[in-house]
Amino acid sequence: MSEEKVTVAQVPDISLQFDGKVTTDTRPGYSGFIVGAENLLEVVKSLRDEWGFDYLSSVTGVDYLPEGKMEVVYHLYRTIGGPALVLKVQVPRDEAVVPSLYDLFKSADWQEREAWDLLGIHFEGHPDLRRILTWEGFAGHPLRKDWKEAYFEEETKPYKSRWPEGQTGYIESNNPFHDNVQYPSGFDPDTWISAAEEALYASAKKIGRDEELHTDTVVVNLGPQHPSTHGVFRMVAALDGEQVVFLKPVVGYLHRNHEKIGERNTYLQNMPFTDRLDYVSSMSNNFGYALAVEKLMGIQPPERAEYIRVMMAELTRWMNHVFSFGFLWNDLGSYFTPMIYALEERELILDIFEAVSGSRMMCNYFRFGGVARDLPAGVLDKVKELVFERMPRRLDDIDKMLSTNEIVRNRCIGCGVLTAEMAINNGASGPNLRASGVPYDIRRADPYSIYDRLDFDVVVHYHGDVFDRYLTRLDEARQANRILQQVVRDIPEGPIMTGKPAYQVRVPAGESYGRVEAPKGELGFYIVSTGKPNPWRYHVRSPSFINLISLEDMCRGGKIADVVLNLGAVDIVLGEVDR
Amino acid sequence: MTGKGFLSMLFGVFKRFVMTYVEDFRKGKDRYYTAEGIESRRKADVDGIFTIQYPEEKLPVPEEFRFLPFLVYEEGENGEKDLRCTSCGICAKVCPPQCIWIVRTNDPVTGKPIPEPKEFYIDVDICMNCGLCAEYCPFDAIKMDHDYEIASYTREGNIYGIERLSKPLSYYSGIRPTNFAAEEIARQEKEAMKAAAKKPAAPVEGA
Repeated sequence: MSEEKVTVAQVPDISLQFDGKVTTDTRPGYSGFIVGAENLLEVVKSLRDEWGFDYLSSVTGVDYLPEGKMEVVYHLYRTIGGPALVLKVQVPRDEAVVPSLYDLFKSADWQEREAWDLLGIHFEGHPDLRRILTWEGFAGHPLRKDWKEAYFEEETKPYKSRWPEGQTGYIESNNPFHDNVQYPSGFDPDTWISAAEEALYASAKKIGRDEELHTDTVVVNLGPQHPSTHGVFRMVAALDGEQVVFLKPVVGYLHRNHEKIGERNTYLQNMPFTDRLDYVSSMSNNFGYALAVEKLMGIQPPERAEYIRVMMAELTRWMNHVFSFGFLWNDLGSYFTPMIYALEERELILDIFEAVSGSRMMCNYFRFGGVARDLPAGVLDKVKELVFERMPRRLDDIDKMLSTNEIVRNRCIGCGVLTAEMAINNGASGPNLRASGVPYDIRRADPYSIYDRLDFDVVVHYHGDVFDRYLTRLDEARQANRILQQVVRDIPEGPIMTGKPAYQVRVPAGESYGRVEAPKGELGFYIVSTGKPNPWRYHVRSPSFINLISLEDMCRGGKIADVVLNLGAVDIVLGEVDR
Repeated sequence: MTGKGFLSMLFGVFKRFVMTYVEDFRKGKDRYYTAEGIESRRKADVDGIFTIQYPEEKLPVPEEFRFLPFLVYEEGENGEKDLRCTSCGICAKVCPPQCIWIVRTNDPVTGKPIPEPKEFYIDVDICMNCGLCAEYCPFDAIKMDHDYEIASYTREGNIYGIERLSKPLSYYSGIRPTNFAAEEIARQEKEAMKAAAKKPAAPVEGA
């Protein structure tokens, strides 16, 4: 026996185990392990059950066109903390077939569907491998490197036509409609009926039928245009009386292929696009993306910039949670008066964002190695007034109005229960996971920036129902307040940028995964660089999207009226779900 | 289940309702349609009515506020417009939605490029107001505007040419005084450095 101590903070070298079925990824700039497709299930099962990697956070694919390979990348974590174990499976591009992890991790469900939809990787054994983000009549798999969008101009920005030629005009005039749209072979828009939709309705009708009493279930579409869905989002539910027996979310109505846009962009150009993911908390999105690219570049922002970043991220968290209380009220039926109370508080924080970054919602404030500009004069005093005076007071007001309110308690307690096992298995993150009794917070589990030096508690509640999700957010907002008080007290003077600001950053070849504890959960950016000015692969592990996997578990067996409440308590933003 | 919690919520709503009148009464007429009134409704200790009655009232925008780029020109002695832009193309290259089009000027005799733009277009339908062009312009020639009321009746009206984009330096220094002052200081320092670098070189040549 060796004397070496094995701690949680280390990833075991599993290439020594599994009889050579796993090899270390030795490509420069890469980390993790490569496993053959035939051994994947066995290795992952052992990792989950024997090694404690019980949380499958991210599943995505990378199209290595020049090598003719398709790679599936898995990020596994321990819910007791520590860095990621990265597993990769390489398959030929033309016949990309990988066994599905659906039976081991339900969090693979939607992510594998996404990888199938966008990259055309077939997951064998997945029970419901439909397209998820694009529509069913879509031709091709858009994230494959040889797929070109309708208004394709060049592989990467900047486009040569802009300078020095300067050909003005509308981009679509170069590419008239009808010439640029592809359909699957044999597709006729007039007679076409989506097989996937048919299958969805058929499976909804099948469940809950009582042969003896000859009762039938009723299939109801909630959405896509419905005020309770917080955007364009649809749920297909089968009802037995008032009880939900089946519920499947249908997403993708707001899909714009953010990731393809990201691969066309240069690294810096992509920063303002990340604002548009979760548009309620754009500063956190900036944070995750900046971390991922900084990891690749190997740079560290200066101290003052770190403090400013954390300040912005925590203001965002506070604002997001207060916003979610407003929506909780709304979803409970007190239409929009209390929502305005939440918006008031948000408005004051948006004033700060506007003064600092120039925009209220689309902040575009972080840069690689720092932030765009220093805090203007007077902003810090304004933040101090807020965090020491107004914000704690307002949280207490909300606490008083909601926590003891009998209507809130009767509706929320015991509604939409998600157990700890289910939450982990479904890949839930953020307040959804912590309300189920799993004290997992990336700021503590895998600290980034200056969070390891700050004093705050990981909030955890144990019932896993809507009320605990609300309490978790409330306590978390208080913790955010606590962090903010430390930050505004300790913020040092100094530079806000490492190196000179450059519009074209040099990013060495390799891969990186930057993840932050965004207000809604784990926000991860997986980036593959080939050393060129544009990322080869840019993937967003968005918390709203993966948290929605749990929605069916929350709603099944409950009343149809509670579906609205459950959805509100998951706290989604469709800009991030559909990307 | 006593209903006490519910009543306390109703009380909270009622308190807010009453506060709107109390605040209006306390501050009087000055609370609305005056600059101080608007400012007082954005403070951290605000109570009562919060909203701004646009368009009669307008929120003042902070200096860093960014909405659509414009080109800065310096006014010559005879009133001619001297654009700072050298058509280097950095803004067009950094622009995320690629909404900037630039045509360089070529000398009609030699055919060599002259550092001023012949044409400069921004499609403001596409512009996402990210401000990267202004941030990375090495000549401080393109800046973000504060004017957000720009509706037009036609789509063609939303492709801005050089005429529409050009605004005088005095306008820029008016909307962004702090930035302008900092840039002027940096510029003077740079020129002083250049002059200092040149000075020792001259005697060497002379010697």
